[in-house]
Amino acid sequence: MIKIRSSEITPEHVYLNRRQFMKGAGAAALGAAVLAACGPAATPKPAGPTATIDTTPPQAGAQADELGDPLTPYEAVTNYNNYYEFSYNKEGIGRLAADFPTSPWTVAVGGLVKNPKTYGVEDLLQKFDQQERIYRLRCVEGWSMVIPWTGFSLAELLKEVEPTSDAKYVAFQAISDPDNMPGQRSPQFDWPYSEGLRVDEALNDLTLLATGLYGKELPNQNGAPIRLVVPWKYGFKSIKGIVKIDLVADQPKTLWNTSAPYEYGFYSNVNPAVAHPRWSQSTERRIGEAGRRQTLPFNGYADEVAALYDGMDLSKNY
Amino acid sequence: MRLPQLHFTKFQVAVHVLAWLPLLVLIWDALNGNLTVNPIQTATFRTGKFALLFLTLSLAVTPLHTITGWNPLIRVRRTLGLYAFMYASLHFLTFSGLDYGFALDLIVAELTQKPYIIAGSAALVILIALAFTSTKGWQRRLKQNWRRLHRFVYAASILVIVHYIWLVKNHQGEPWIWGAAIAFLLVMRIPVVRRTVVNWRVRFKQKRRTLPGTLPTQAHDA
Repeated sequence: MIKIRSSEITPEHVYLNRRQFMKGAGAAALGAAVLAACGPAATPKPAGPTATIDTTPPQAGAQADELGDPLTPYEAVTNYNNYYEFSYNKEGIGRLAADFPTSPWTVAVGGLVKNPKTYGVEDLLQKFDQQERIYRLRCVEGWSMVIPWTGFSLAELLKEVEPTSDAKYVAFQAISDPDNMPGQRSPQFDWPYSEGLRVDEALNDLTLLATGLYGKELPNQNGAPIRLVVPWKYGFKSIKGIVKIDLVADQPKTLWNTSAPYEYGFYSNVNPAVAHPRWSQSTERRIGEAGRRQTLPFNGYADEVAALYDGMDLSKNY
Repeated sequence: MRLPQLHFTKFQVAVHVLAWLPLLVLIWDALNGNLTVNPIQTATFRTGKFALLFLTLSLAVTPLHTITGWNPLIRVRRTLGLYAFMYASLHFLTFSGLDYGFALDLIVAELTQKPYIIAGSAALVILIALAFTSTKGWQRRLKQNWRRLHRFVYAASILVIVHYIWLVKNHQGEPWIWGAAIAFLLVMRIPVVRRTVVNWRVRFKQKRRTLPGTLPTQAHDA
């Protein structure tokens, strides 16, 4: 159970914390540059304690995932983000999102359910046991990280609202806030961000609603206050800043699938056998490493999820 | 064997200095950890961007000369082209060496599967041929064909724009801006356009000379 102190949500904290991780980011990038130049060398150090009193140092329950791959440093996880609502520049998100208001925040769960309900994020934090889950994140752009999230299984929330038998898909919608999200003022995309899962995918225990990372509350640039994490799918499926979850009968529209259907399928399972016109999907760069890694089917979670797709042609349903 | 040119004008020196700056900044940033947490990709983007910049600048020389008539421009055209080649080579080496560790099977797979890499590689092959034959000796040896060969830089510039458009996500406008600039520079080479612009310039200068009370302009290309 993660307790959020009121001091942790003050703008001052966000401000101080931002300066702290920017400093750390320089060190992390240098580490990466050295790695790039010299081949595998030192493992990145976690950030040291900070001078400010209300900032807890990033901490995780383990230093590696179940495959033995080390965690990506906190500074990298919080300083290299895709969040087009703020900017196309991965390094600019932390700064632009620093003052993004995430409280009060509610998530409306409805559609084909017996008990539709609107939850305050603080209710969700209290109601559901917050566990740490160390997941690999594979971006469709060919890079990856290992991130210690905290959160709870989406299945627990869905059990509460009781989907009806007509519910076949789950549609997620992110916040629409063009005043605070400069990217949403651009008509390039069909804002707000939307995503979707099949109900059985949503009920899989791996599917997480994340509220924190590295033992700290979720930074704004990582999708605060609540986001989805579907570790066997490309990162863009893991929608940030969720305000609405609807159970629906038909496959919902999703932002990237609408924008470029040939590049981003509805399923978008990590699949080294399905090529993308731009980025390598057979190999990936783990942030902080020099060489490329082979990309694993279902991002290494085949044992848990491959059965969901039995009998499906995954080269067609990409 | 001819001795290399030992006398440089200030303008030429300035061009050389400016051309090395991006590489020095890149090395500085690499050593100081300023290349994001994905430094190899950032280095790939940067070297590519500077290859495009110098290719565009080298293509801008002739149209700028058409417009201004300033002759020293022509003396840096080859220089700019060679710097475009240098950054394109660094771009390719970053991709094949740093990113893919010279793993031939992976590189060949990308070369055959990714349309943008095919376009970029074709442009690089052209630039290699042009850089190799850029010397006075090759100019003499190839005679008329040298000009014909070096017109392939137009094809290379189009391939580079295609490479750029294909590699970004479909919402990004920047490659189209570069494409518009290149298109303008190519249009300026069409003989009719070029003659028209030269006529305007000559007429403009004559007008200024004949106007009473104006200072005579410096005529570099009398």
